[in-house]
Amino acid sequence: MEYEAVIGLETHVQLKTCTKMWCGCANEYGADANTNVCPVCLGLPGVLPVPNAEALRLTALTGFLLNCDVPGYAKWDRKNYFYPDNPKNYQLTQLDFPSTITGFVEFELGEELESVRINRAHLEEDVGKSFHFADYSGVDFNRAGVPLLEIVTEPDITSGDMAYEYLNALKSILEYGGVSDCDMEKGQVRCDVNISVRPKGQQELGEKIEIKNMNSFSGVRRAAEYEIARQIEVLEEGGQLVQETRRWDDDAGITDSMRTKEDAHDYRYFPDPDLMPHRPSEEWLATIREEVVELPLARKRRLMEQYELPTGDADVFVGDAALGNYFEEAAKGLNNPKQAANWVINNLQAKLVETETSVVNLKFPAVAIGELIGLVEGGQISSKIAQEVFAEMFASGKSPATIVEEKGLSQVSDSGELEAFCREAIEANPGPADDFRSGKEAALNFLKGQVMKASRGKANPQMVGELLAKILNG
Amino acid sequence: MAHFLTIHQLLEQLRAGELSSREATQACLDRVEKVDDRLNAFISVDAADALAQADAADQSRAAGEDLPMLGVPVAVKDVLAVKDQPLNCASKILGEFNSPYDATVIQKLRAAGAVVFGRLNMDEFAMGSSNENSAFGPARNPWNTDCIPGGSSGGSAVAVAADECIASLGSDTGGSIRQPAALCGCVGLKPTYGRVSRYGLVAFASSLDQVGPFTKDVRDAATLLQVIAGSDDRDSTNVPEPVPDYSAALSGEVKGLRIGLPREYQVQGMDPEVKAATDAAVKQLESLGAEVKEISLPHTEYAIATYYIIATAEASANLARFEGVRYGARLDGADPEEMNRKTRGAGFGEEVKRRIILGTYVLSSGYYDAYYLRAQKVRTLIRQDFLKAFEEVDLIASPTTPTPAFKIGEKVGDPLQMYLSDIYTISCNLAGLCGISVPCGFSEAGLPIGLQLLGKPFGEPDLLRAAHAYEQATDWHTHRPNLD
Ligand SMILES: [Zn+2]
Repeated sequence: MEYEAVIGLETHVQLKTCTKMWCGCANEYGADANTNVCPVCLGLPGVLPVPNAEALRLTALTGFLLNCDVPGYAKWDRKNYFYPDNPKNYQLTQLDFPSTITGFVEFELGEELESVRINRAHLEEDVGKSFHFADYSGVDFNRAGVPLLEIVTEPDITSGDMAYEYLNALKSILEYGGVSDCDMEKGQVRCDVNISVRPKGQQELGEKIEIKNMNSFSGVRRAAEYEIARQIEVLEEGGQLVQETRRWDDDAGITDSMRTKEDAHDYRYFPDPDLMPHRPSEEWLATIREEVVELPLARKRRLMEQYELPTGDADVFVGDAALGNYFEEAAKGLNNPKQAANWVINNLQAKLVETETSVVNLKFPAVAIGELIGLVEGGQISSKIAQEVFAEMFASGKSPATIVEEKGLSQVSDSGELEAFCREAIEANPGPADDFRSGKEAALNFLKGQVMKASRGKANPQMVGELLAKILNG
Repeated sequence: MAHFLTIHQLLEQLRAGELSSREATQACLDRVEKVDDRLNAFISVDAADALAQADAADQSRAAGEDLPMLGVPVAVKDVLAVKDQPLNCASKILGEFNSPYDATVIQKLRAAGAVVFGRLNMDEFAMGSSNENSAFGPARNPWNTDCIPGGSSGGSAVAVAADECIASLGSDTGGSIRQPAALCGCVGLKPTYGRVSRYGLVAFASSLDQVGPFTKDVRDAATLLQVIAGSDDRDSTNVPEPVPDYSAALSGEVKGLRIGLPREYQVQGMDPEVKAATDAAVKQLESLGAEVKEISLPHTEYAIATYYIIATAEASANLARFEGVRYGARLDGADPEEMNRKTRGAGFGEEVKRRIILGTYVLSSGYYDAYYLRAQKVRTLIRQDFLKAFEEVDLIASPTTPTPAFKIGEKVGDPLQMYLSDIYTISCNLAGLCGISVPCGFSEAGLPIGLQLLGKPFGEPDLLRAAHAYEQATDWHTHRPNLD
């Protein structure tokens, strides 16, 4: 029998705010344990939460970036469970009225364009971090109360690869939008994977297995692949799958059971009476909509269409948004934008790397790239000279025209002057000249090179070729 | 004798230079020393800290400063966070915990120049109506020390009634200010939900709790409310409604004020003496020019059940933080779960455990809709009852409690009977109204009886106006228990 996998992901992402969700403590990674804490995030008696406006803004922005609706009413709920890292022993989250709902994420999987529907992205608070020592445990509450966005997909994912590409797409969207740094090393992204298999064609879903707290995308891919194979094997051997939570052991490359449905928590959700529902106004949402940036995939497709760039070039400009923006500036009004892309990718990017500077610190404006291309296309300089001009632009910020003029780099297109160069070359090199006359066309290139050398690169190469042939054949 | 004074009497003497804050504060401390062995209103008193504040107030006054309560000693219920003072909520579970911060109402008191002192006894975590549920032993009624003072703010009522302080703060979740005020013969005011910041008030039931004043007369209640009311950006449930001048409402004039008597409050079990005293009080208001009419609050009979579902549900989560991980008492265990179980099992008293279990139950999967959700719907109906009634009347009058103070131990074995002692006070919290209890007589046995007036949301000026006019026409508030 053929089986198919049904996968849904719940991704927790820390928002890039200055302060925590309910208090003024810094949202900062790597501080000494329990230094970014206050009565509120420690859950001392009597304290109350106050929502972080920046977190609400970033949540709505994420909603727009993920093509979600941002409903006019959202509320907070208490999720009750005891754990030492959970200061209030309830976590504030959004159960039935989340801040954003029903969107989708598009991404490329191989050659295909895939889409995964987003059920919701809701705001909640992170918990502290437990540490276990020889004979005691400790909790660092610096992370407690950090705003956390939980992004929940519909079960649209069908393979480990697809899960992997979805996560990469999600990460780049959130980074692009300035919502989160998505630093996996710092635990800013964590993922729960819900996965089941069913015979191909069957409507009914199989028993759902949840794998908790994954902190690498490749781990998710491997865990999903492992789970799919494991579940199919169980079914093929006539076994039964039960709804359960499993743990991924990254070293061993296997999952093992943590708890089954019977020991599932009853979280006793109820609306938090300390917080008022959030009713985003149209004006507020309008200001956030203005901050919505173009998403990576959309940008790639647009660059390919608008400038007729190949995939590789578009990928470079999506991967380095600043460089991409610079390219678009440079390509303005050019009839061959690919030329500009070549300059930006092959020359500019290399120079930036070499000098360890960034595109924002450039001494010359983007239009100068266009001017440089114009000089080459208009025959005023050769492409070789253009390299020299570019180096000078990079160093001094002077315009290409000024550099050509100051250094006398203008291409020689005067046929009288060029003919003199050509005759000199033929006289100095009778061998190759004879070779050409006897039919060895390649010999012309040697002579051409001699002319270019003599003119210090300023001779118009096309005219040189034509003149040499004319003289030799004459 | 300074401890017998009201806020306004004391301020007059302080301003005239006839008395210092140190003398007034020392008088209160001496009074505590003298009577509190019998009353147990205070869990603890930091005399040195109180006197240091009093000296600072005297220095400010000497430097020409004057503030609304400069130098007035105010005692606070053990449920409000005061920086560097113990915060126990009359429970064992907080152990040696001292608060590292001031509640907003404490900051406001300090800003108004008050001398904040003492930790007043209460029912553990404000759960109770008799002050018997205190890990520090029951507070006792100053009119008869065999009787309960009411609860949960029992200590706050006793301290004011017994002149151990000039005024005090308590909290009211279902009557916890008005009921003990009535039983001890002082004035107790529960402000409209959202009027006073809850930041630093240890939560029992977040959607019902409000901080409010206990005072010796209505003018003082207006003064103290003025100081603690107002918006606070640390409390999201605080309402940014402008704070009116409450003293300006004390005109003595009630002509044309419409007072409603709920038909549904004429229940069996109301003590005849209580009925007689409150009927007389309403007559008195009528004779002063108020219009009295019968009104209906059809969902009254569901109030207690609704209250005990919502309050316990919220409490079950609010009290989850007390498990000894970060602060308070801790009993070690092999794992976090065992540590929790031991710590909470030993740290909480019977009534608190009963309510946590009840609250946990009504929120449990499969029961949520039948209990919690339904209770929320009934709460809306109760609120609508009141808002509708307030289209016809300005205030609603009733007894504060169905009986005068009962004996300590009398109802301990019967929690349901105990819950019924809040029957007139509970709806006010469910509906988010304001309410006040003022002394309106005594029983044969010499125990105080209270008149409750309820006002519409943010209707405190009407409440204070009527209570003040009544007080001006009677002398019940001037009676004092004999503790010599
Ligand atoms: Zn904090």
